[in-house]
Amino acid sequence: MALSIVHRATGIALYVGTLLLAWWLIAAASGPAAYAHVQAFTGSIIGRLIVFGYTWALMHHMLSGIRHFVWDLGYGFKANEREALTWGALIGGIALTVLVWIIAYAIGGGR
Amino acid sequence: MSATDTPKRSMRTPLGRVRNLGAAHSGTSDFWRQRITAVAMTLLMIPVIVIVMMLLGRNQAGAAQILGSLPIAVILLLFIFASAWHMKIGMQVVIEDYVHNEKLKLTAIMLNNFFSIAVALASTYAILKLSSGV
Repeated sequence: MALSIVHRATGIALYVGTLLLAWWLIAAASGPAAYAHVQAFTGSIIGRLIVFGYTWALMHHMLSGIRHFVWDLGYGFKANEREALTWGALIGGIALTVLVWIIAYAIGGGR
Repeated sequence: MSATDTPKRSMRTPLGRVRNLGAAHSGTSDFWRQRITAVAMTLLMIPVIVIVMMLLGRNQAGAAQILGSLPIAVILLLFIFASAWHMKIGMQVVIEDYVHNEKLKLTAIMLNNFFSIAVALASTYAILKLSSGV
């Protein structure tokens, strides 16, 4: 499995994505007009896709990072353990992303 | 060839010979900080997701009120601080791995520092402004 490059790619995506987070916080501090711009963007199809992708990048990077942390501690180096950690990060990242978005829509965030 | 085989004996210790030779020229401090900030963000992940959920669908007035409350501001400030530090180190590792021209590498590392600090300070300023209610 070549998942370490995905860890890097998601890290770079999250790096660039902090611009969106900073924009959102600055807009909230600036006033209703600026905040409406952010909401118009995040509410659009492309905006939602970007935020969805960002959620996945964050969840995957976190789980993949925990995988690296387990290795840093000296565990999980057997072939089957490596496979389990890698698949766990891959499937877990997708599952957490879907879960977060289901909750978000369920509490009315999709409006 | 081990150090004892060399004809010319040196007083330098093995540690002295390898110190500061890594790609970052700064030993393992970045490695360790990368892990501290990663653990911090993992612990903060659920509170941060809850905060974002609380803000969904609200207008600016509602969002500003939530973001300005003390526990939420503190959680977000911790998360911003940890993520800015973490991403600065992470991007530096990527730059050191792929950019081999020395001048280009140092320029990229400098820009990486500027970007990370600018994002962190802009976000921090916004939260402090919301907290002070001006």
